[in-house]
Amino acid sequence: MILIVDLCYREGSLSAFEFVKPVAGIVRGNEFPLQIRHRSRLTPQDLASAERIILCGTALRDSAFAGHPQTFAWIKRVRVPVLGICSGMQAMALAFGGSLTPSREIGMTEVRCTCPDPLLEGHGRFSAYEVHGAGVVPPPGFTVLAESDRCIQAIRHPDLPFYGILFHPEVRNEWVVERFLTLSWRIC
Amino acid sequence: MKLGVLFSGGKDSAYACWRAMQHEEVACLVSVLSRNEESYMFHTPNVRWVPLQAEASGIPLVQGETEGKQEEELADLQQVIRLAVERYGIEGVVTGALQSVYQASRIQRICADLALWCFNPLWHEDPHQYLEGLVSHGFRAVIAGVFSRPFDASWLGRELDRTTVRELEGIARTHRITLTGEGGEYETYILDAPFFRKRIVVQESESEFRHDRGVYRITRAALEEK
Repeated sequence: MILIVDLCYREGSLSAFEFVKPVAGIVRGNEFPLQIRHRSRLTPQDLASAERIILCGTALRDSAFAGHPQTFAWIKRVRVPVLGICSGMQAMALAFGGSLTPSREIGMTEVRCTCPDPLLEGHGRFSAYEVHGAGVVPPPGFTVLAESDRCIQAIRHPDLPFYGILFHPEVRNEWVVERFLTLSWRIC
Repeated sequence: MKLGVLFSGGKDSAYACWRAMQHEEVACLVSVLSRNEESYMFHTPNVRWVPLQAEASGIPLVQGETEGKQEEELADLQQVIRLAVERYGIEGVVTGALQSVYQASRIQRICADLALWCFNPLWHEDPHQYLEGLVSHGFRAVIAGVFSRPFDASWLGRELDRTTVRELEGIARTHRITLTGEGGEYETYILDAPFFRKRIVVQESESEFRHDRGVYRITRAALEEK
């Protein structure tokens, strides 16, 4: 089961149509069973039954998730692949001791891969849709996988398949989500 | 949260408005009348009948005008949104963008500059499910303009019902148009919606079709009880 975590300002928000539903559509389109949970309603059972976890983005002005970093302490305990998209990347970075830095990008931006990794392999440069007001200073040990002219676009945990991507793959780069769903990782 | 809905009079802005009303408070509709029929941002056929839709829904309307020159019209839109903030205290803007990165990113920037929330509640909606939902939830729309092959004059003024949706699906498959018309292949005008207190009745109209392009202009319309 793929666990999709809604980071928006409240459960059942108007933003979920824009930031959660399109990601769920990709997962469903690839015939994976899924469960959507708001960040405030995650249970240990949800996490225990997840085979992969996707943290979705939020509206540009929605940074409510960042006010409660302890909400995401569970990321450090799970042992399944995690993909954080935009605000999801920011939440992941905060959970591991990184920080946020002001950086606004809206619209299509060129992303350049800077380090080989199975998630983005074969796509050295590509155009990606961005809607964010902050970038991340990666947590200690995380590898930077991709950048734009303005900020870091993708990071990975030093040992585990925990990824953060700042752009929105659900727009014109669905292949990133599809690859995250299908790549095999061994987690010790 | 008080929101203003960018309202062109077509199906997408109406559906986005209805969805927004189920989650937040829609304080006003925001409309820009473009003098340029080729406007990149603003739908034009029958946009002058948006005030009647506002009256039908009982939602206040903030309306502005633009010459419709590319990029300049964005400054005009920003001005109208600013007016909506002053008059109705809106904290965010709702758009009916479905797939258009061009449209969505420009409005995102305007909202960011004005410190407003931006909502695109139809973003990447499945086109088939979207049109089916539109019809089944009681939205009544007519085709107000056609701007690409293979549409002909017979499409002008036609109601967007299940039969029309099925035909559009066939055309989308054979002619590489977007099913929802977001590529500008066709435009619509909403006569009735679940949030309308009254419905619109077209009393007079005229159609014009030349060189694969046509518009259905409403010349007289009124409200009637539902």
